[in-house]
Amino acid sequence: MDASMILLAVAVVGGVGLLIGLLLGVAGKKFAVETDERVEQVREHLAGSNCGGCGFAGCDACAEAMVAGTAAPNVCAPAGAENAKAIGEILGVSVEVGDRKVAFVRCAGTCDKTEMKSQYFGIQDCQKASMIPGSTDKACNFGCMGFGSCVNACKYDAIHVVNGVAVVDKEKCVACGACTAVCPKNLIVLVPAKAEHLVQCSNREKGKAVKAVCAAGCIGCGICQKNCEFGAVTVTNNLASIDPEKCTNCGKCAEKCPVKVIS
Amino acid sequence: MIGELILLLVGAALVNNVILSQFLGLCPFLGVSRRVETAAGMGAAVIFVITIASAVCSAIYLLILEPAHLTYLNTIVFILVIAALVQLVEMILKKMMKSLYNALGIYLPLITTNCAVLGVALLNVQKYADYTGGKMMVFSIVNGLGTSAGFCIAIVLMAGIRERIENNDITSSFRGQPIVLVTAGLMAIAFCGFAGVI
Repeated sequence: MDASMILLAVAVVGGVGLLIGLLLGVAGKKFAVETDERVEQVREHLAGSNCGGCGFAGCDACAEAMVAGTAAPNVCAPAGAENAKAIGEILGVSVEVGDRKVAFVRCAGTCDKTEMKSQYFGIQDCQKASMIPGSTDKACNFGCMGFGSCVNACKYDAIHVVNGVAVVDKEKCVACGACTAVCPKNLIVLVPAKAEHLVQCSNREKGKAVKAVCAAGCIGCGICQKNCEFGAVTVTNNLASIDPEKCTNCGKCAEKCPVKVIS
Repeated sequence: MIGELILLLVGAALVNNVILSQFLGLCPFLGVSRRVETAAGMGAAVIFVITIASAVCSAIYLLILEPAHLTYLNTIVFILVIAALVQLVEMILKKMMKSLYNALGIYLPLITTNCAVLGVALLNVQKYADYTGGKMMVFSIVNGLGTSAGFCIAIVLMAGIRERIENNDITSSFRGQPIVLVTAGLMAIAFCGFAGVI
């Protein structure tokens, strides 16, 4: 192998590349499209992780939609309140910034609390496993399957499967909503970050049936509803739910709950 | 020679159709054949890229690579040229036809990796390696034009069929891509009928 051959090859490819680069540079000047500079400015205030939580194809598409007026300036949850305000200033519109939200998993059926009905050796993915009759080894048909489709969906490392149940890291969660979309059991919801007391169960069976499958399930006894002074807790379809708007975080429901399903 | 070139043009467009008998460039064929207008736009962009790429690539091959005994650099140099051409098409479309630019979306930069484009450029220099200078250029350009015209014909036909399929009552398991692939297979069989033309 001759060293000059290598140099020649480098020169040819480099030369062709340089020529093409120059031509493209000239063409780029000639065909320059005037873009709205606000798009660039807005883009800088978005989270930049292309999580898709806003419903657009990515941060660039979202910035364009914001400038065009088809998206509200605060649709980018990961960017946070500060950036939403900054975007509002760029676009000259006022922005209503809501409370910070976080994802919350409505299940507390960890491996030691939930009954196992079988041994499952199938595909380790919630969405695929949910297609199979019986779907998982846990006896509860409503609860977290623990295969971690939400973990894979999360771009911020904010949700993990701990002891068979997905748990959200409130500090890291940016409420992009990616996990809520992939959970086949619809267990994950976005709640205000300040809400301290929430019902960690989604089982709508009657109390006896719930008790048979999980020690941490809501049995729909209604004690929480009776004890709430603010009317924030309601039991419908054998399942308690807490309205974060009315809840004052007094903690009485959690205290009185016989199965300690309210966090 | 003129007769030879016409035969080559028809042969490349219909008989050896790049999609339906060589199965190159299937990605955009399935990806942007949803509407006839978009498909026609894609076809036009591919015609532009393949024809110019054929000319430039065979020129580079003749003037630089072959005299310098660097023909093993074909792939890398050709893909460089193709990438630049696609970039150029993208700029032009963004300036002139914003709506088509938006409709083509990701498939426009993906012309770079459309194997039909690189395939034609590489096949040109292989098939016409014996021809001298200008003759090789002419044959390459005509072959490129024919091939890309074949791509355009196939994708526009496919889009027309797909627009009608949309309204049909298709079994749910066949809805979407499966029925499109079945359609593509049937079209390929239909294009076999051209085999006896030349």
